[in-house]
Amino acid sequence: MTAYIIRRVLYSIPILIGVNVLIFALFFVVNSPDDMARTILGDKNVTPEAITNWKQENGYHLPLFWNTSAAGAARLTETIFFTKSVRLFVFDFGNSDRTGISIGDQIRLRMAPSLAIAVPTFVLGLLVNITLSLIVAFYRATYLDRWALVLCVVTMSISALFYIIGGQYVFAISLRLVPISGFDTGVHMLKFVLLPVAIGVVAGVGAGVRFYRIIFLEVLGNDYIRTARAKGLSEVRVLFKHVLKNAMIPILTGVVMTIPFLFYGSLLMEAFFAIPGLGGYTLEAINGQDFAVVRAMVYLGAVLNVAGLVLTDISYTLVDPRVRLG
Amino acid sequence: MPEIVLHNVIVFLLLAAVFGLCRWFVRQPYWPSARRALARRRAARVSFIVLCLYAAVGILDSIAWRDPLSDDEGNRVYNAQGEALYEAVPLSVLDRLCTPIRTAHEKTYSAPLASTQLTMETVHLDDGTVVRITPPLNYPGRHLLGTDKVGNDVLFITLKGVRTALILGVFTSLIAIPCALLFGIAAGYFGGLIDDAVQYVYTTLMSIPGILLMVAFMLLFGRGFTQLCIIMGITTWTGLCRLVRAESIKLRELEYIAASEALGVARPVICYRHILPNVMHIVIISAVLNFSSLVLSEAILSYIGIGVGPETGSWGNMINNARLELARAPVVWWNLAGAFIGMLGLVLSANLFGDALRDALDPRLKE
Repeated sequence: MTAYIIRRVLYSIPILIGVNVLIFALFFVVNSPDDMARTILGDKNVTPEAITNWKQENGYHLPLFWNTSAAGAARLTETIFFTKSVRLFVFDFGNSDRTGISIGDQIRLRMAPSLAIAVPTFVLGLLVNITLSLIVAFYRATYLDRWALVLCVVTMSISALFYIIGGQYVFAISLRLVPISGFDTGVHMLKFVLLPVAIGVVAGVGAGVRFYRIIFLEVLGNDYIRTARAKGLSEVRVLFKHVLKNAMIPILTGVVMTIPFLFYGSLLMEAFFAIPGLGGYTLEAINGQDFAVVRAMVYLGAVLNVAGLVLTDISYTLVDPRVRLG
Repeated sequence: MPEIVLHNVIVFLLLAAVFGLCRWFVRQPYWPSARRALARRRAARVSFIVLCLYAAVGILDSIAWRDPLSDDEGNRVYNAQGEALYEAVPLSVLDRLCTPIRTAHEKTYSAPLASTQLTMETVHLDDGTVVRITPPLNYPGRHLLGTDKVGNDVLFITLKGVRTALILGVFTSLIAIPCALLFGIAAGYFGGLIDDAVQYVYTTLMSIPGILLMVAFMLLFGRGFTQLCIIMGITTWTGLCRLVRAESIKLRELEYIAASEALGVARPVICYRHILPNVMHIVIISAVLNFSSLVLSEAILSYIGIGVGPETGSWGNMINNARLELARAPVVWWNLAGAFIGMLGLVLSANLFGDALRDALDPRLKE
């Protein structure tokens, strides 16, 4: 088991190298440091000296791969690739291009609000989706099943923007149950988190229930389900004991599929509800054209995603001993 | 002679590609039974008609030409070199059909079918008195969905969003499908080093969250239609490629492939003649189902400021411009309603039609 985990973690290293090289290619080869300087300085004050100065200040003056003016190992380390990209591996994100503030510090600071939204949305969403789809699977081939499916297609055809705008309007502006936007720490956090989480869960229900329902129906077609019924087990017991347990593998696959949507969610929610998290940070960077921050966020997102995939693969082996550790 | 505008050509190339794909599809041996299965489902029939209506609006909005400039007496205007001059902005057939609502400009917001403006204004009457009233509209009762902040008809803006959404969905799919087919079949059929390389590329691309990759790409290349289509194509083809690869691996083991190989048919020919037609249905199903998520993504990207440019009429831009309208009093809801109806109609019918298509073409995937 330990050997499998180690192997699985090692396997993700080439992926992260690939991501790193891709980010490097996008940010420094396709878009040269000169272009960056021009964007940041604005069209008015672009002089060759200003560009050189800006590059010098932010460490973009170095050659891309090979520094001929340095000696020894510094030929490799005194380059943009080493200082800007290789350092990402040890989570050294450098400083923001706009403000000069350390990106790593900002990420540590903003991690908590992001998690306060993303984790409850993820866990609650999963629980709600699985419960609802079990109910729908219980009433399969009835009118309830049919209308639930129609409802699912309709709700998943509505843009998440409308859930947010509508939810904010009804619960924050009209009914004044929760604040419109903002964030606080401690107990006060709850009232700010409630609405974003609720909206996040509702927005994901349509696609989720449809997905899990198919999984449950597939499991329901198996022989051992018929045997369980023949033994005289109640349908509820069959669903919760036999179906749910045997559907764990595809459910885990579904969980992986929702991870990328957490990033969408955090961007949108944090924009609408003015939550000072990583999504909001990314948005500020987009609006301020802060390349260093966007680069760091893309890499961080990929790392989190890959970590999620590794965890899922490991959890496969926990829920199903048949999964080969090969 | 009116001047034809160049960007129509691109739209018609897209249209030709879609048409070619459909024609190929209709010639397949499984098409008659699939068509019957589709025709039996009411949801499929209705959503197909709705999709056709959207396509009609999109096509009408793509045939555009510039009118010749004329003076007050209706004579043509020429420049010093004797060349005819044209209007600066080309007008599409849709624009021309919608002239009654397109040119009915108001001053600012007005509610649907209202006869007065929404906001109060101070008006100096002829007898010298000053009153606060909601002034009457220039075109009372003409705006089915009201007017926006600068007095344009919301229904017309919504219709203009159709073309953007359609081109985005189709263009992106036409970027993603060939890539996915080429690499997916090559990886699945040839295996070995090619398989490893293709798998590595798409796993790497997939491990970057799509939204963040789009953010980076749009930041580096600037906002715009083409950039958006390309980056959406890049984030879409990976999933499709994985599907195609998995299916090609299954097909590779089948007897008729082994028979062709034994008969000495060249391997690229086997790919083209035997594998391609048998993975096509998967590609078409996922393209239709993907289409809806592309339309939804466009709105989100435009909202966070990295979608198509602000000058392009799109539903995402409509929502973006209306972001504060629900918070003001009196509430302005019709801009959002326009974008909502436009998107829901297109996305819902694409979803329903995609589901029906999947059930008709691939009984194994049937729910």
